[in-house]
Amino acid sequence: MNFRTIIACTFALFFTAAAWPAEDQVQQLQLQLKQLQSEFEKTRLQQQQQIEALTRKLEALTTVPSVAAAPAPAKTDEPQKLGQELAAARVPPNPPIAAPVASGTKAGSSYMNISYGALITAGGSTELDPRAQLELGDHDPLKRGFSLRNAEIAVDGAIDPYFKGFANIVLKLDKNNGTDIELEETYLQSTSLPANLQLKAGQFFASFGRQNPQHPHTWAFVDQPLILNRTFGPDGLRGIGTQLSWLAPTPFYTELFLSVFDGQGGPAFSFRNPGEPDPAGVNRFAGRATLDRPLRGAQDLLFVPRLATSFELSATQTLLAGVSAAFGPNSTGPDRRTEIYGVDIFWKWKPADAAQGFPYLTWQTEALYRRFEAAADPLAPVPLPRETLRDAGIYSQVVYGFVPRWNAGLRFDYATGNAGTNDVNDPFRGQRVRFSPELSFLPSEFSKIKFQYNYDHGDLFGTAHSIWLQLEFGLGAHAAHKF
Amino acid sequence: MKTFLRFALLLLPALLGVPAPAKLKIVATTPDLGALARAIGGDQVELTTLAKPTEDPHFVDAKPSFIVKLNHADALLEGGAELEAGWLTPLLEGARNPRLEAGQPGRIAAAEGVALLEVPAALDRSQGDIHASGNPHFLTDPLNAKIVAAHLARSFAELDGPSARVYGANLQKFNAALDAKMAEWQSLAAPYAGRPLVTYHNYWIYFSHRFGWPMDLFLEPKPGIPPTPAHLAGVITKMKAGNLKLVTVQPYQNRKTAETVAGHTGALVLDWPSFPGGQGTEGYLEWMDFLVQSTVHGFEQSK
Repeated sequence: MNFRTIIACTFALFFTAAAWPAEDQVQQLQLQLKQLQSEFEKTRLQQQQQIEALTRKLEALTTVPSVAAAPAPAKTDEPQKLGQELAAARVPPNPPIAAPVASGTKAGSSYMNISYGALITAGGSTELDPRAQLELGDHDPLKRGFSLRNAEIAVDGAIDPYFKGFANIVLKLDKNNGTDIELEETYLQSTSLPANLQLKAGQFFASFGRQNPQHPHTWAFVDQPLILNRTFGPDGLRGIGTQLSWLAPTPFYTELFLSVFDGQGGPAFSFRNPGEPDPAGVNRFAGRATLDRPLRGAQDLLFVPRLATSFELSATQTLLAGVSAAFGPNSTGPDRRTEIYGVDIFWKWKPADAAQGFPYLTWQTEALYRRFEAAADPLAPVPLPRETLRDAGIYSQVVYGFVPRWNAGLRFDYATGNAGTNDVNDPFRGQRVRFSPELSFLPSEFSKIKFQYNYDHGDLFGTAHSIWLQLEFGLGAHAAHKF
Repeated sequence: MKTFLRFALLLLPALLGVPAPAKLKIVATTPDLGALARAIGGDQVELTTLAKPTEDPHFVDAKPSFIVKLNHADALLEGGAELEAGWLTPLLEGARNPRLEAGQPGRIAAAEGVALLEVPAALDRSQGDIHASGNPHFLTDPLNAKIVAAHLARSFAELDGPSARVYGANLQKFNAALDAKMAEWQSLAAPYAGRPLVTYHNYWIYFSHRFGWPMDLFLEPKPGIPPTPAHLAGVITKMKAGNLKLVTVQPYQNRKTAETVAGHTGALVLDWPSFPGGQGTEGYLEWMDFLVQSTVHGFEQSK
């Protein structure tokens, strides 16, 4: 049987099958359908009548004779009276008050909440250029003197009954006080998925650990913890992608997250990141010339799973802990990959009679480990072999809000790694220790002045001291705080 | 496997359409709302209250355990006047409970139908911590509590038809008790009508209007802004000039400040629980009774 015959047979069969139901059968089917429709309509009407009757009964039962201070009228079964009372209860008369002010239209209601917040830093360091080796985070103080590295416009609101939308647009001043702009986050989040699921899609911070997804104005210190900076880079781990999270049906809080990101560019620091250009214009990361590594398949995406759980240790103490990981390719070679693992813990004590949220005591600790497969680069200024870079670090911080509007904190940072061939040129490697005490004064919820000192010791620069003063203010919609 | 089976068994009634005999699960944001929900819901509801009676309701931590409570809830009872603005939104986002979405019968805003006082003409934070929809402490007026109670009875009945009769009966009981108490309170208050009190925060404005006791002198210079020596000096002068003899303070407010002011003016410090559940006041009526008695007693003592 040749190909043509097969096609001809197939068509023949198809047409025969399609033409099979005879004319009268079609009519019969139509008749049946009509019957079904009318029966359905009948049932629907009956049900509606039943519902209406039930609703009337229900309303009659729940109606109070009167809400006003007047003595209750005698009970009655007359439906008319019940109706009147129902109407009375539906629109409760406002009791007269000495000086009533009409509530009128609700002020501040709009389709979108908008707010603006800025962080301005001033200070100095024993290092002439703190950005070279000390303050490597993108929102960290940029230089001696004044810097403004985070002014953000945040908007959010309901998109429709199914999604909420969020966006964070960050403006920052560079070394020469020119303005850089960054679409830090822009995503939508589902509101009505079944089975305790929630979907997030767009550009957003990865749910990895505690501090990574937080915006700088909620950080307790003016700079990024060292190990977060080393594993996630100056911007923190974020990107364009999607996240599915599931609130587990456990009696205590347990949430599972799985995010998939494109994983390309600077905000995916340890992954498909082209790195920074060297003086010759070659993009390098960890000393290696990087590949422009396109997506070959799902294995080249960045996957970030997380599990978080929380317990009430007592009426005044809460614990939130999690484990996270990130897996993806890196751009030093076509088959090179990166893995990051982290654990995080946050504990808070607040007494039952706290005023304006004070006093409180918090303890926050994160430990991370990164395994980075670096490809060989024989053409680098100093030839680099194929090697695996292992970095590990921890930071632990305590913040004590000792009286309303004041807090004092202490952070300890430690980061280390195995020996790499390029370590002498890489400020993101080597052993480093930092102690940072801070003192903050918060005139209100919307402003803050923070004073911080850093004692810093690193393989690359020896010992350094820095002091920073940070001013923060917020305008617009009242920000709600996550735990 | 065992847990899975248990889970499957739990799901079974839902799949078969058998109505679960479970109680109506209500989450109330603040203890005053919780007390009213208890009065109307009685034993038919399983009630969880998020804010503690002694803590500052403007600053409650959005604890993850609250997310779980909201996830399980059939209804959320909130003030609806921005008191919880700083902490409720992230909880609801995390809770992913369609029953609590705005517009659903399970989302009960107590302020609905209540005439709010002090709605700001302009939203200006130089005036302190203002609330765009008005002063949110409306349950300090017992007649507002009646409006909210009626609202709750209707809402609970809508959510739980079979128990509608119970909610109706509870409402009648509550209203009758309140009406009786109200008459008592008003006769107690009448001899002292017009006598002013000093309060720490602008929390009692509805109570003030209901019983005719002016309370427009505050230890805070502006809502949410802590007292300053200069402001307190002004308060002391005004208290002396107007012969104000009572200063009220709530559990989370700085009692020492109130004591200092009282020391300079020969005034009495009254400890007022912000909510039912504080200082031995379990229910709403007991709380209101405590407040009225405390005031009247204070006036008697400071004649």
